[in-house]
Amino acid sequence: MRMEAPVRVDTLRLEGVRKSYGAGTPVETEVLHGIDLRVGQGEFAALIGPSGGGKSTLLNLIGLLDQPTQGKVWIQGVETDRLGDAERTALRGRAIGFVFQYHYLLPAFTALENVMMPMLAARGRPDDAMEERAAALLHEVGLTPWKDHRANDISGGQQQRVAVARALAMSPALVLADEPTGNLDTNSADGVFDVLRAVNESSGTTFLIVTHDPRLAQRCDRIIELIDGRIVADRPNAGVVRRSGAVFSESA
Amino acid sequence: MNRFLPFEWIAAVRFMREGLVQTLLIVVGVGLGVAVIVFMSAALAGLQTNIIRRTLNYMAPIVVIPPQQVARPLREDGKGAVVLVQPRSQQLRSIDQWQKVRSQIERLPDVTDVTPVVSGPGFALRGDANKAVNITGIEPESYLRVIALGDKIVDGKLSVASSDIVIGTELAQDLGAGVGDKLRLTTAGGASQTLNVTGVFDFGNKRVNETNVYISLHVAQSLLDIVGGVSSIELKVRDPFEAETIARIIQDETGQEADSWIKTNAQFFTAMVAQTLTNRLIRFFVGLTAALGIASVLVVSVVQKSKEIGILRAMGTSRGQVLRLFLLQGAVMALGGSILGSGLAFVFLSLFRSIARNPDGTLMFIIEIDPPLLAVTAVGATLVGLLAAALPARLAARLDPAVAIRG
Repeated sequence: MRMEAPVRVDTLRLEGVRKSYGAGTPVETEVLHGIDLRVGQGEFAALIGPSGGGKSTLLNLIGLLDQPTQGKVWIQGVETDRLGDAERTALRGRAIGFVFQYHYLLPAFTALENVMMPMLAARGRPDDAMEERAAALLHEVGLTPWKDHRANDISGGQQQRVAVARALAMSPALVLADEPTGNLDTNSADGVFDVLRAVNESSGTTFLIVTHDPRLAQRCDRIIELIDGRIVADRPNAGVVRRSGAVFSESA
Repeated sequence: MNRFLPFEWIAAVRFMREGLVQTLLIVVGVGLGVAVIVFMSAALAGLQTNIIRRTLNYMAPIVVIPPQQVARPLREDGKGAVVLVQPRSQQLRSIDQWQKVRSQIERLPDVTDVTPVVSGPGFALRGDANKAVNITGIEPESYLRVIALGDKIVDGKLSVASSDIVIGTELAQDLGAGVGDKLRLTTAGGASQTLNVTGVFDFGNKRVNETNVYISLHVAQSLLDIVGGVSSIELKVRDPFEAETIARIIQDETGQEADSWIKTNAQFFTAMVAQTLTNRLIRFFVGLTAALGIASVLVVSVVQKSKEIGILRAMGTSRGQVLRLFLLQGAVMALGGSILGSGLAFVFLSLFRSIARNPDGTLMFIIEIDPPLLAVTAVGATLVGLLAAALPARLAARLDPAVAIRG
């Protein structure tokens, strides 16, 4: 008697994704030439490659900020190419968290309020549950003492950690990080990276991290290399370094 | 964060507080515009009411008189050779069956009071003094409801019994007559009567005070030789601005000629209409200026915050939420401006009150700002704010998050 293996739905699946700009004009350029990719639940993957190789474009497509010219994108088994703008926005808010190179926190709000923001946008009005969740997330990234500071009144590393907490607010299945430590010094960068890794381990959130930094790529479980719009290498990282060894300092 | 406010409100308020200087500047700008609009509208309304009140002081809104007498050529078939038709001279005549005409007019819905009047030219004599006057025979009970003559008596009392006469202050001075004195009225027809001055009135108009004399209807009828008749029927209407329309209706229904104060004071009325139009034009442009101010501040804000808007969109904020976020800012700024402006209008008003005074220290005219005007202005300003925010809000809602974050 054979047991059916449980159907594992990939967090992310791309099939034959192509993206060109200036379609229908003489200067039409294809940036992505048919990308096939699967990322399972709980993976911690790095996306590397030279500038102009299509990393950001690919990330925008995965993050439902843009649509492919050809091919299909599934997020948690949901085929996204036929969704309207409102549905895409809702799915994006629910399933995907973003961390960018720059934090893009709203300066008019405190750290805590910034983390509450995605929940607020989704549910309309603030409530205690939201505040508790935001406080817990800030605790997780080590920022409890700064939770009531305005977004502009904390250091760059702290801002980026608030951005990470905000990305996790809706308990997304997938976090897309675009050079999340690109603006930070080594110590702060290690601190932020440790937070990402810890969240991945504790909650099983899938991470896809775009980075230029080979040192950081070495700390991911899987390394995907994108050159000239093609995936040229996709391998598990045997010698993964899980911990930076840096002292986790709250002020970093 | 306020637990009762939805996301859009919280974010709109924070965004406005963040750009506090911009927000305050535009609120003050809108406030000044609103103050000008409120003050100008109130001043204009006050001025017009005042002038109308002064005009309709001594004049009925509508006066019905017999139709003009016309000379009609006997041959009207076009075959004859009528070279010249001389217009007929108009004699003092009674309105044909005036009682019937009166009750016809009384039945009209917008007419509040009707009174018969006999008036014609005459002379007032006392000693050596001889002045041309306009004899007005009235039926006091109904007349006073049309013209508030009773309120204008400055000496004696209003009494026009058989041999009584009420004269104006100027005439009293010219004739050297006061309450209790006698004077003699004569007419061109040769009739004359001696009357007792019982009261002196002041309409605040020299010409009227000089020429109008009030006596009883019966005495006037015999003096002016239209016994049993009346030369005009005067009436009051609910809305003085509708007087011309009602006059036309009366003319059609009774066949008499009806003159409204609007027609009699055509020049003044035209000036008033022009004033009103000018006021509207100014209001429109002040509103437009305020709207452009709000729009430009919000456009700048959208551009400044495009990355933040992009991230909000990436985090799952819907287009509608972003749209409302900016619409709200426009509406709140405009509402704030209109509240400030209403306050400023009261400041203007008290300034104006201290400046616009007659030499004797009394107010030139009364301006009141009525609460409905403020409410209408506040609602209007808020709508203008919403409209002004429409363009920036659409810009913000249409931002492509990918482009906004990357760019």
